[in-house]
Amino acid sequence: MKKYIRNLALLVGVISCLTSNVFAQEMLQIKGSDTLINLVQRLAEEYMEKNPEKYIAVTGGGSGTGIAALINKKCDIANASRLMKTEEIEQATNNGIKVNRVVVAIDGLSVITNGNNSITQLTVDEIGKIFRGEITNWSEVGGANMSITLYGRQSNSGTFVFFRDDILKGDYSQKMNRMNGNAQIVEAIKQDRSGIGYVGVGYVKEATGLNVLKVATSPDGIYTSPLNSADVKSGKYPIARPLNQYINGTPTGAVKDFLTFELSFEGQEKVEEQGFFAIGKEYEDLNKQSGL
Amino acid sequence: MQISMVNRKRNSWISNSVKEKLIHGFFFINGIISVFVLIGIFALLVFTSFPAFSEINMKEFLFGLEWNPTSYVKEVYGIVPMLVSTLMVTLGALIMAIPLGVGTAAYLSDVARPSTREIAKPIIEILAGIPSVVIGFLGIVLVGPIIAKIFGTHNGLNALNGSILLAVMALPTIISISEDALNNVPNSYNQASLALGATKWQTVIKVKIPAALSGIIAACMLGMGRAIGETMTVLMATGCAPAMPESILGPVRTLTSSIAIELGEVAYNTTHYYALFALGLVLFIITFLVNMTSDIILHKYEKVNR
Amino acid sequence: MKNRKAEEFIGFIILRICIGFVLLALLIILFDIVKKGLGVISWEFLTAMPRNGMTEGGIFPAIVGTFFVTVITAILSIPLGMGCAIYLNEYARKGKITRLIRMSIRNLSGVPSIVYGLFGVVLFVQLMRLDTSILSAGLTLGLMTLPWTITASEEALKNVPQSYRDGALAVGATKWQAIRTNVLPYAIPGMLTGTILGLSRAAGETAPILFTGAAFYIPFLPKSLSDQFMALPYHLYIMATQHHAIEKVRPIAYGTALVLIVLIFCMNFFAILARYKLRKVKVE
Repeated sequence: MKKYIRNLALLVGVISCLTSNVFAQEMLQIKGSDTLINLVQRLAEEYMEKNPEKYIAVTGGGSGTGIAALINKKCDIANASRLMKTEEIEQATNNGIKVNRVVVAIDGLSVITNGNNSITQLTVDEIGKIFRGEITNWSEVGGANMSITLYGRQSNSGTFVFFRDDILKGDYSQKMNRMNGNAQIVEAIKQDRSGIGYVGVGYVKEATGLNVLKVATSPDGIYTSPLNSADVKSGKYPIARPLNQYINGTPTGAVKDFLTFELSFEGQEKVEEQGFFAIGKEYEDLNKQSGL
Repeated sequence: MQISMVNRKRNSWISNSVKEKLIHGFFFINGIISVFVLIGIFALLVFTSFPAFSEINMKEFLFGLEWNPTSYVKEVYGIVPMLVSTLMVTLGALIMAIPLGVGTAAYLSDVARPSTREIAKPIIEILAGIPSVVIGFLGIVLVGPIIAKIFGTHNGLNALNGSILLAVMALPTIISISEDALNNVPNSYNQASLALGATKWQTVIKVKIPAALSGIIAACMLGMGRAIGETMTVLMATGCAPAMPESILGPVRTLTSSIAIELGEVAYNTTHYYALFALGLVLFIITFLVNMTSDIILHKYEKVNR
Repeated sequence: MKNRKAEEFIGFIILRICIGFVLLALLIILFDIVKKGLGVISWEFLTAMPRNGMTEGGIFPAIVGTFFVTVITAILSIPLGMGCAIYLNEYARKGKITRLIRMSIRNLSGVPSIVYGLFGVVLFVQLMRLDTSILSAGLTLGLMTLPWTITASEEALKNVPQSYRDGALAVGATKWQAIRTNVLPYAIPGMLTGTILGLSRAAGETAPILFTGAAFYIPFLPKSLSDQFMALPYHLYIMATQHHAIEKVRPIAYGTALVLIVLIFCMNFFAILARYKLRKVKVE
């Protein structure tokens, strides 16, 4: 028995020594939005290549998870594809967190259908009705006679909340399939002819087998696509949104360094590479106010 | 068995009998720990879910037909859809697992050769050792597409998938405990039946199984407890739509999945957080009742078989 | 006469089909994982850190994390479990308290893993301020493993013949001396067997570590008990559901599943080997 324990302790000790050369000086914890995770991970990798002594851990879980982590003091930056709610800001303040917001990219939230679906454009109103469960068959909007299968995110997703608050202005149909991430929605729609879903534009840029719907604000308005950068940046595309990062207080040190990199020319180039859109003047001013 | 102890060594500073009492006490505390842990879990669940009910109506919680704590319109905390989901996948699992499990147990106890038994037991232990997350993974990549193909549904993540996976997980429990129960039937029953001219099959069906019935029922209840409490498998393979389930080919969201999904996104010490602990409490109570029932049944069985 | 023979024939076929199904299920599971996971396994896969948004590289940190958290689980559950088993088998008298203890153990083994997770979040992460860490997760898993350890240890103790105890007591040993010299040495191998089996289950559990310490991606290995960690079962879970390029990382998920299963098999194998060796020693 004693020998067993001694051997075990030896093993643990050996492994600790072997692994001690991989420990970091300083680690930045970024958590949250699944929409942002691809982008922020690429940015973090680029940043770590330039600054080898810095470590950044980026994890997902949804905007809600990231914001909860910020409130619970478990991360340095919370990625959020929606705005923080008043209650969340209150909770943060109660916990001693001074909520500060930075915008790193613009997203044209895309509504997608299967490539074999004849529908290629819808109005905001129709989309709302579909996701609220009021329109249940594709024939009601001019398509084939097929019942609509809804794919969306879980309630911890900023995309879920943003889509609901901005487009549905009501609750989702309880029958909507709740997928765990943007990628799962894309995968599901590719296999389901009757499906419709919503994902960040970065996920559809190179995807095949999908229709990225053009959206208009009214039946006689102009239908714009989220793939058109000019329309998204000018606001003509109705479902554009800022992609946010929330931090505690004015950025300093490692946080400030990384944020500055994200907003630099190089960083914004990466943003466009990933399929999202660089921020415009309006958000640049906002970021300056937040301390950058 | 208490044999009085002779104090032989008188040269230590503490007498042997005192030392013995201390050691006895030490082990006694060790033994009681499990009781404390059980009570502790229950108490903590009650304590942490209590604040939820200052904001949520208990009746709405227990009988409400919708669970939507992050609603646009109004937060509702009704657990009925989740109870129905849990019930659906569990029943589905048991319908498959009980016949298969009891049949396998009967085969192992009465039909198989000893050599077969020696091989089969470790194999069933291996099945029991496969982690739930691996089974859930196979639900997504293997069982799901098959279900989608056979039934023509859009994706294979539904209650049926969950039931199949849960059946696989409950089987080892049902098999081993049922087999124990069958083996514990006194050989005299067996011999008497055969002596009266019954075939082996008739003996198994009409004599052994009824004699072992309480043990078998206990086994099934434990299997049911396992199915009810399973988290990762259902989380990955059942689609997790919070609506009231409509068919076994539709998505469901069990109590366990809801806790696992929502605990990550909730800030500590909010009503939603407390509500999740209330869910945990409901789960705890359900599995506790299932376990107690199976205990009582086993006890009656032991008494009968004396 | 003929009817009953036919009935028996059919009946036994049905029973054979039952066990056939069960074995088939296991075969399908193992076959699928091995077939699709084997191709991914390489020395790099086992020893490298994940790269490129975890779409390349290896799962080394997950293996290390699982190892560390299992060690903590063992440290908590082995002494407590063995101690409780010793009490139940050697000291306890038939009575209400003993029945209460046994009932508690049975109920604890039936508590859902996510409820242990909830318990861990409140007790270890928050109240004891251990934060999400290897320690919190390990302690939570330790509590969960306790019923299994106790049951297995008790079995081992029961297998020691009563004559061993009687013999020691007859020459004047105290009860504890008798246990220490005549029971434990023969029971410990069996206790360890059961304990290792319990630990192998703990290594595969996800729900208790979900919120007490497991992390999606950490670029380096945990260097202290208060660090978060990656773990094999959690890694499989996120590769299969939450990763942002699920189709691309599917092979990695299969590889992780295979490594996890192999790890559990190895632990089981060692446990059974110990049990076999024990049988050889106990030549009575």
